[in-house]
Amino acid sequence: METSYITGRRIKEYLSLGKRFDERKLNEFRNITIEGNVSNKAEGSCRVKIGKTEVIVGVKLAVGTPYPDSADKGNLMTTAEILPLSSDRIELGKPGFDSIELGRVIDRALRESGFIDFKKLCIEEGKKVWTVFVDIYSINDDGNLLDAAGIGAVVALKNSKLPKYDLENEKVLYDEESNEKVPLTDALPLTVSVHKVGDSFIVDPTREEEDLSETRVTIGSSRGIISSIQKSLGQSLSSEEFSEVLDLSQKAWDEIESKIKKYLK
Amino acid sequence: MTAFKRPDGRKIEELRPITAKVGVVPNADGSAIYSSGNTIAIAAVYGPKKMHPQHSQNPEKGTLRCTYLMNSFSVSDRIKPGPNRRSMEISKITEWALEPVIMLKNFPNQVIDVHINIIQADAGTRCAGINAAAMALAHAGIPMKSMVSSISIGKLDKQLVVDLTKEEEDYHVGEGPTDIPISMTDDGQITHLQLDGKINHEQMKEAIEMAKEATKKVYEIQKQALKNALEEKK
Repeated sequence: METSYITGRRIKEYLSLGKRFDERKLNEFRNITIEGNVSNKAEGSCRVKIGKTEVIVGVKLAVGTPYPDSADKGNLMTTAEILPLSSDRIELGKPGFDSIELGRVIDRALRESGFIDFKKLCIEEGKKVWTVFVDIYSINDDGNLLDAAGIGAVVALKNSKLPKYDLENEKVLYDEESNEKVPLTDALPLTVSVHKVGDSFIVDPTREEEDLSETRVTIGSSRGIISSIQKSLGQSLSSEEFSEVLDLSQKAWDEIESKIKKYLK
Repeated sequence: MTAFKRPDGRKIEELRPITAKVGVVPNADGSAIYSSGNTIAIAAVYGPKKMHPQHSQNPEKGTLRCTYLMNSFSVSDRIKPGPNRRSMEISKITEWALEPVIMLKNFPNQVIDVHINIIQADAGTRCAGINAAAMALAHAGIPMKSMVSSISIGKLDKQLVVDLTKEEEDYHVGEGPTDIPISMTDDGQITHLQLDGKINHEQMKEAIEMAKEATKKVYEIQKQALKNALEEKK
């Protein structure tokens, strides 16, 4: 159910006093827990929970042809499905705009940060390269699926193995054990979404809070270097407000990194 | 029994290790996760709620709507995300498997949505989906006449076995593999039955008897998982 007008008004009153219903600070994330390798047919996978929000992310690799403008580089394809399983608000049928945006925003954060070493994913220049598929599924939507998906994509890629490839028979040997990792750089492209609710800026909204979001800025960055931004929803921001958003996102980035560090090996 | 050897060393009538738990999707009215060996299914129930659009409403009884969906990375060769012909058929089969036990007469003009998501697949995903869905419905407090438990019986060459893995489904010796997924109520009524392969009448009857025994074991685990959830509440 959508957040009611009265609840919405109270949430905004609370926020203007620097408080939230769950006693968090405005710039504070909920608890983050991660479980690795939740799907054994995937090359890498994980389950990320932020509070009650839960997503599962899986990585698959397949051999395909490179794009003509990047003949010596592998490909990346990120998709997201916000499942009706995860909330009573999601309608059956074609993927809605939120699913499409989610996939695209995470795709850009991964791609533009240089996290994946695409050159090492080339098998035969101009002919054969690996395609990396990152697929995101929501299991329970209690707000901020975006940041959960971003964490999930990074962790799933970190624990992904590159399958063996039989060049002669042009076959990927998915069943053979491989110790080779998917080639990554030391970038850490985490996304942080900052929401404006009333006159306040918050991170990691619950579903109730996210409903009231007037504008959202999602920043994908790696150690202070921004590589993707998406400003969503129809409200404007002043340049001062945008600076505040940047500061807030960096603090949140640091918090996420410290919370998920132990899962990144 | 015969000296038939299964690839994973199980006995003829032995099920894979099963785990089951309810209450795994906090947003849902009822939910469950069911795993059988390497096959894992999650189900979530939303409803009963008013059916939209209005012209789809049935004034005589409620509607059960199941959606089966496989994660793209749940199999070796990635599948395109979203529904396909196979998943649409299994969704319908799942509705038919569960409908006979649900008191849909109590819910005119309403719909009960059951969403099934396969996280990891190693054969028997429709059975795992049905088992998870039946538990999720019970967990949601939907009035049911009985539980539904599902298992696949297989025939490998001439030998009947219980609960096929993917490796066994691809068994190509002699008469090859036959896959018979069966769902039953706890008093042995058949609510779902499919088959592909080759089998004679005699063995088909035998397969039903094996399914009766196997689904009893599944039922006990489903029941225990629901009881555990009640215990935790106390």
